[in-house]
Amino acid sequence: MSVKERDPLSGHETTGHEWNGITELNTRVPRAVWFFIAVTHIWALVYWVLMPAWPLVTTYTKGLLGYDDRERIKQQVLTADAEQAEWTRALATLPAEEIRQDAVLMARVEQTAPALYGDSCAACHGSDAAGGPGFPSLVDGAWLWGGDAGTIMETLRVGINAPHPESRWAQMLAFGETGILTRPQIRTVVDYVQSLSGLDTEAAPDRLAEGETIFAENCASCHGENAKGIQELGAPNLTDDFWIYGGDDASMFTTINLGRQGWMPAWEDRLTVAERMALTLYIQDLGAEQGE
Amino acid sequence: MFRTLLKPFTRFFEFHAKTHYRAERHSMALSVGIILAAGVGGFIEIAPLFTIDDTVEADPDMRLYTPLEQAGRDIYIREGCYACHSQMIRTLQDDVDRYGPYSLAVESKYDHPMLWGSKRTGPDLARVGEKYSDDWQVRHLVDPRALVPESVMPQYAFLLDTALETDSLPGRLAALRAVGVPYTDDQIGSAASDALGQALPDTERADGVLDRYGDETNVRIFDGRSDRLTEMDALVAYLQILGGLTDLPTKTQPARGEE
Repeated sequence: MSVKERDPLSGHETTGHEWNGITELNTRVPRAVWFFIAVTHIWALVYWVLMPAWPLVTTYTKGLLGYDDRERIKQQVLTADAEQAEWTRALATLPAEEIRQDAVLMARVEQTAPALYGDSCAACHGSDAAGGPGFPSLVDGAWLWGGDAGTIMETLRVGINAPHPESRWAQMLAFGETGILTRPQIRTVVDYVQSLSGLDTEAAPDRLAEGETIFAENCASCHGENAKGIQELGAPNLTDDFWIYGGDDASMFTTINLGRQGWMPAWEDRLTVAERMALTLYIQDLGAEQGE
Repeated sequence: MFRTLLKPFTRFFEFHAKTHYRAERHSMALSVGIILAAGVGGFIEIAPLFTIDDTVEADPDMRLYTPLEQAGRDIYIREGCYACHSQMIRTLQDDVDRYGPYSLAVESKYDHPMLWGSKRTGPDLARVGEKYSDDWQVRHLVDPRALVPESVMPQYAFLLDTALETDSLPGRLAALRAVGVPYTDDQIGSAASDALGQALPDTERADGVLDRYGDETNVRIFDGRSDRLTEMDALVAYLQILGGLTDLPTKTQPARGEE
């Protein structure tokens, strides 16, 4: 280390380093920096006393304010519940028709249901509720299990073919794979079913008659003798224009050959009764808007 | 006044400044000093978490990942799903409103490494298990935009065509046991067979899975094809158990809408 030198211009000491005649000043740390360091240290001391801060061996200092994230979120949830209680309780307890008469409640439904639908239902049924291959449309008026509020509420609660213990259960059997029907028989009954819903089929009358017999022996027990479906069993109406898995030859062959089994999740644990009622009213209205 | 307040500490500040002045002229002393200063954060803030009693909640009924689910977890990591999906519901009201009860530490007890994440390009997946059907998960992984038109998620259709490698599963389970996951010798020994059995319901192998991992275990044909075990089976099995290893969060947190 060199003897301390003083820079004649600024009056500060130099570090003693020199490169080609340029010396490095040893300027003091500005006062403002010391000030802020002091303030942050004092703030840290205050924070340690007030908030959970220091770990001890098997526990930690809880702080004088007793702040706890979990306690805070618990209070927030309870407060929010209490604030909404007036209308959520009404949604959870009143019958659907009565809720429909109440403009205030319906305004709440219109406010909350789209967000609930978007997060929970849109993934399968689509953001326009028109469904897709394998996922039923909610706006076509063709309900598998029934479209009244009570039935929709129950479907939402327990799901269909879901792991819920009370889940609704329905399965289209694999008539081809299990050997109940031969491939030609399946093709014949496909033609017959297509003729029921007015789809263009060029099958001869005797082929349709054969298809009718196959249908009566194998399909009618679930889909009904008139093929209009049985809602208690979740068996779809085959005489309308709505197809979950497609009404073309190939799709229908696959359906009958390999069977089908949808899966609607159960929402009992995820959505409250009020939320499920809001969704029920919402999708009923969606269907009505789009002319059923 | 400020000056008077600081007066008693003047000697400390001067000592500090002098030491610092000397230390920064000796590279080794400075390095040691930096390591010590940076280490304080670890020693004081992280190390005690291993001894503090309530860091991880106790749940004796906590379920283990089955070999198939663990294999799916490894695929989840391999494909970088964690880069866009978090698995951590924070103690914030909007998180709890959307995703359900906030995450507890115990839920990640058997996660090595944990996949909490800090960025959500896609939604949080901590409780996605059983929220959608297996079929939906498969089709969504094959082509996300077919089901969610506005999605920006990449396609993972190849998982459906890639056979799951199961030979290394006993080793993977043994490695997890070494870091504290309580797999038994029996579970490790039959890991490859159990991975197959979980996707083949109503077989002897499937019964073995239920024996070893409990009757609550999901035994299903996850990818819709019973003829082979694919990486899709594993990933969907994993996604469907997310949030389902323990019911402690729902038991300890107030349910919404039920004051």
